Amino acid sequence: MLSPETEIQIIASVTAVACALPGVYLVLRRMALISDAITHSILFGIVVAYFFTKELNSPWLIVAAAATGVLTAALSEALSNTRLVYRDAAIGLVFPVLFSIAIILISRFAGNVHIDTDSVILGELALAPFDRFMVHGNDLGPISLWVMGCILAVNAAALVVFHKELKLATFDAGLATALGFSPILLHYGLMTLVSVTAVGAFEAVGSILVVALMIVPPATAYLLTDRLSRMILWSAGISVAGAIGGFWLAWKLDASIAGCIAAVQGLLFAAAHLCAPNRGLLAMLMRRQRQALEFAQKMLAIHLLNHENKPEAEIENSVAHLDQHLRWKRDFVKRVVARSERQGLVIEADGRLTLTESGRQLAQESLVA
Amino acid sequence: MATQPALQVEDLTVAYLDKPVLWDVDLTIPPGALAAIVGPNGAGKTTLLKSVLGLLKPAAGQVLINGRPYDEQRRVVGYVPQRGSVDWDFPTTVLDVVLMGRYGRLGWFRRPGRTDRQIAMEMLGKVGMEKFARRQISQLSGGQQQRVFLARALAQEAEVYFMDEPFQGVDATTERAIIEIMKQLRAEGKTVVAVHHDLQTVPEYFDFVALLNVRMVAAGPVSEVFTHANLRAAYGGRMPFLSELAPESTGVIPQ
Repeated sequence: MLSPETEIQIIASVTAVACALPGVYLVLRRMALISDAITHSILFGIVVAYFFTKELNSPWLIVAAAATGVLTAALSEALSNTRLVYRDAAIGLVFPVLFSIAIILISRFAGNVHIDTDSVILGELALAPFDRFMVHGNDLGPISLWVMGCILAVNAAALVVFHKELKLATFDAGLATALGFSPILLHYGLMTLVSVTAVGAFEAVGSILVVALMIVPPATAYLLTDRLSRMILWSAGISVAGAIGGFWLAWKLDASIAGCIAAVQGLLFAAAHLCAPNRGLLAMLMRRQRQALEFAQKMLAIHLLNHENKPEAEIENSVAHLDQHLRWKRDFVKRVVARSERQGLVIEADGRLTLTESGRQLAQESLVA
Repeated sequence: MATQPALQVEDLTVAYLDKPVLWDVDLTIPPGALAAIVGPNGAGKTTLLKSVLGLLKPAAGQVLINGRPYDEQRRVVGYVPQRGSVDWDFPTTVLDVVLMGRYGRLGWFRRPGRTDRQIAMEMLGKVGMEKFARRQISQLSGGQQQRVFLARALAQEAEVYFMDEPFQGVDATTERAIIEIMKQLRAEGKTVVAVHHDLQTVPEYFDFVALLNVRMVAAGPVSEVFTHANLRAAYGGRMPFLSELAPESTGVIPQ
């Protein structure tokens, strides 16, 4: 028998990975906002289905909620196809309509039912282990683990089976259509996965944090790799790290587990944004500095070439006067000269710079290009 | 069996709402042609290509490839979209993009195998890019991107190729490499139809030309159709260098 703490961490990890898988394609298709829309509007489906079934545990709630998610995507699409509103505005117009109808229905007719705003927005992972899946008196584990486990399996299977199709439709929808793959079908397939995942996950982590779980790990993974399959694996890894790290942070702070998971994921993203090997801010900064130096070296080489063997070379090509002639800061001159010397492009003698053979070559090549 | 035209467009009208982009266009391109579609901006060149490939639904008319509807001819049609139509920051490699040309033959579910990879590498070799196979696509220059797109279309192993501005923004070396491949395709008996911008190179590169400006102004062999009068009709007053291209006296561009 697992301890509740372990169970919570497993549920959190499974939920996070299940969310991140379809999230990879949302990020790549620049549709992150649709996850926000879907996680809100599914409440409409849940409320409507509840009015018909009068049961909170009916599977029809999940079906109706998923259908509402797909409906949200379809309505936004239809609205933006009228070309009267932009695509993002269309999304922003559609989901509040469905969400607000759901809120009105709850407040007017279902005030005493357990669809309270707290659980919708925040969810409560800490309570998940108490809801057990019992068969003939046998305890088979928490229900939410079964639900999210199934959703994870479906998402993973879909991503494996349709890997090539999703990749093509995301990268080049035109070619996908021309080759006979239906990007529209794939789009709505993806929307269905997102909706079902959102329904399953929002009970555990609430509707707002579902968005974080769907978008943050893929956005982080995008910075770390340039292969789609690795981006998917990284997303899963970051999701698990966030889930377990978030659980222990919540333990320490005695705070909401879901909130802490999203916070840890956010920190991981910040770290990647700063330190990612190629796309991170630091790497970019260093690359720019190096490029600036390399360009300055070319300018220096060309300057030396222009004036070598000429009467003015004495002054023009002296280290002491370079800052005045090139209008560079003294520090910068020192760095450029030192770097060029190290690379064997120039030689300094008596305060005067002369080009070496490779330095002259660099100058001539730069002039041609 | 009589040879069918490679491309036959009949009475094609394409409109956005009530604004026609193509008006009742007829075009017949014989097999083995190296054809240019030219016309001013907004003439509907890309729209024509997209309608042929089933990416846009026409308001009227039909398109036949080798005498049959496109749906039945997917396998024999290769497509090079505009370079700018995709996100080159997408996390994937050059080889992977070229492999996408094989997806049509594979159909749903099947994964590309060793033969597909061999063909993709071979096509990368044809465009001089085999050394870039493992490269992330965001690291490519414009000319290299265009070569990769061309290799992807070659990997389709098609009979009729449609290319949307294959020379757009590429360096001179790439332009020569691309035209060489297009001529090689023609030598193999294949048909190439390209949306083209540079009127100066039409007589040098192509043997068939279609002058389009919402309506089909003229289409046929370059030597017959690429005339001053037709160019004026297609471009109206928007062609300041017309006189350099087609001397008025003969009406035909010297080849």
